[in-house]
Amino acid sequence: MNARPSFVKVFLTFARNSLVRDSMFRTNFLLQCLSSLSWTVMNIGFYLLVFRHTPTIGLESGWGKYEFFVFLATTWIINSLMQTFFMPNADEFSELIRTGNLDFALLKPIDTQFLISFQRVDWSSLADFVAAVVLLTVALGNLTTRPDDPLLLSGWTPVLYVVYVLCGVGILYSVMIALASTSVWLGRNRNLYDFWFYITSFSRYPREIFRRGWGVPLWGFFSFVIPVLVVVNVPARLLAQPLRPEPSVSWQLAAFTVLATGLCLGASRWVFLRALHAYRSASS
Amino acid sequence: MHARLVCWWTIFRIALEERLVYRGDFALGTLMRFLPIVTQIFLWWAIFDAVGQGARDQGTVAGYSYQNVVAYYLLVMVGRAFSSMPGLASGIASQIRNGEIKKYLIQPVDLLGFLLLTRMAHKLAYYSVAVLPFAFVFYLCRGYFVGGWPEADVLAGYVAALVMAFLLGFFLEAMLGLLGFWFLEISSLLFIYMLLGYFLSGHMFPLDMLPPPWRELVGLLPMEYLAYFPSAVFLGKVSGAELVAGLWTQAGWVVAFVLLSRIAYHRGVRRYSGFGG
Repeated sequence: MNARPSFVKVFLTFARNSLVRDSMFRTNFLLQCLSSLSWTVMNIGFYLLVFRHTPTIGLESGWGKYEFFVFLATTWIINSLMQTFFMPNADEFSELIRTGNLDFALLKPIDTQFLISFQRVDWSSLADFVAAVVLLTVALGNLTTRPDDPLLLSGWTPVLYVVYVLCGVGILYSVMIALASTSVWLGRNRNLYDFWFYITSFSRYPREIFRRGWGVPLWGFFSFVIPVLVVVNVPARLLAQPLRPEPSVSWQLAAFTVLATGLCLGASRWVFLRALHAYRSASS
Repeated sequence: MHARLVCWWTIFRIALEERLVYRGDFALGTLMRFLPIVTQIFLWWAIFDAVGQGARDQGTVAGYSYQNVVAYYLLVMVGRAFSSMPGLASGIASQIRNGEIKKYLIQPVDLLGFLLLTRMAHKLAYYSVAVLPFAFVFYLCRGYFVGGWPEADVLAGYVAALVMAFLLGFFLEAMLGLLGFWFLEISSLLFIYMLLGYFLSGHMFPLDMLPPPWRELVGLLPMEYLAYFPSAVFLGKVSGAELVAGLWTQAGWVVAFVLLSRIAYHRGVRRYSGFGG
């Protein structure tokens, strides 16, 4: 008998169970998809309005309407993956600690971080993923077929895009799991979740907009200390290529993103294990 | 009459004391709510840089300068502090669903009056704690208020708009919560209201930026009086006869939702069935 459970099989079981649960409340599932999509539509509406007044976000930044829609679509792709696979679980983790139910997870013969990270899949959040892919396709279609200076993409670009999207998910996951782990010391951390939402809101804008005035320290901090500014920026710049013919992503930034992902995952694993050591159960 | 006043005063005092228990959490939470404004400041900085061809302070968008837009977002935070009613509609719907509402049917306390007093106490507790983080952020951002303080009559109009924004927010959400008498589960409806409210109240951007006919259509709804209107009054975007007309329209919406929520409660109670102990 194999004592080591297969992570893939366990994950597929979790995913199937979540889908079964969602399909039991089909109307609710559809309404959740619609609510999720309406927020997306409102965001597009806001930026369509902005581009009625300006040709680019930032003077000569290269972030024109369709380049920025590539950025926006990349933001939603990464956020929807976070919402689908990790957010419900991080929420649950702090409750497990508070109620003492983490004991049951610790007793199971599988890595605890894996178990608490993948237990639930929120399938309705994938509606945003689909909307983002549609927006990305439309934006890239416009950029590659425009008469002046059409965008040229190499065969490697989509592969690198997927790799850097996964790096972005890895960085955001690390920040989230590290913050969720602090529930062990704080008992409850509602404000820290708000804090997660607020600091990751920096990732939703082109990083150069912060590199001015009193934003420079923020730009440095969120690029190199908590690197949320590379999460969307690197994959989106790879694809949309603003500021051509200059390189849109320097090799240093690309290499840094891969390194930062590894470091963030390692650091969050360390925080998680420290939290487990400090856990003293709350049950009787 | 005296007994009733004592009753209302007691409800108000208990609710106030209850809220002040978590004042540290309040203050921290309030300060954090300003964090998204940081990203808005830089987004609009970049937009105005492009509009003004490098001269950020020269460009205007729909009559708003860069400073106006940032001041607008800060003022919207004040407006929302008055008009947002977290948990009100969902609380009413949940009381209808689990039968708790029947206590208002057998006790000499009016549901809407009780909730209004409780909410007033909650808001008072919130402002007494939130005033410090608000003052701190507004002091840091004082440079964005290029026009300085408005004239006394405009300031009076602003205060009136904020007070009516509170009443409108309360009765609008109470009305939505009372729909629970007809539909037991209203959480999806509330989520859609929250999303639309964010857009239509002017929380996302100044509504003057909407092109025709969208601006006119949004003006037909009550939502703009929750956040956009008070902020526009302070910034002098609405003045003179337009300000007076706006205040009367806002008052009209308040009266309409007071009446609608009264009717909904009256009809809902007649429809309600309570079982068990």
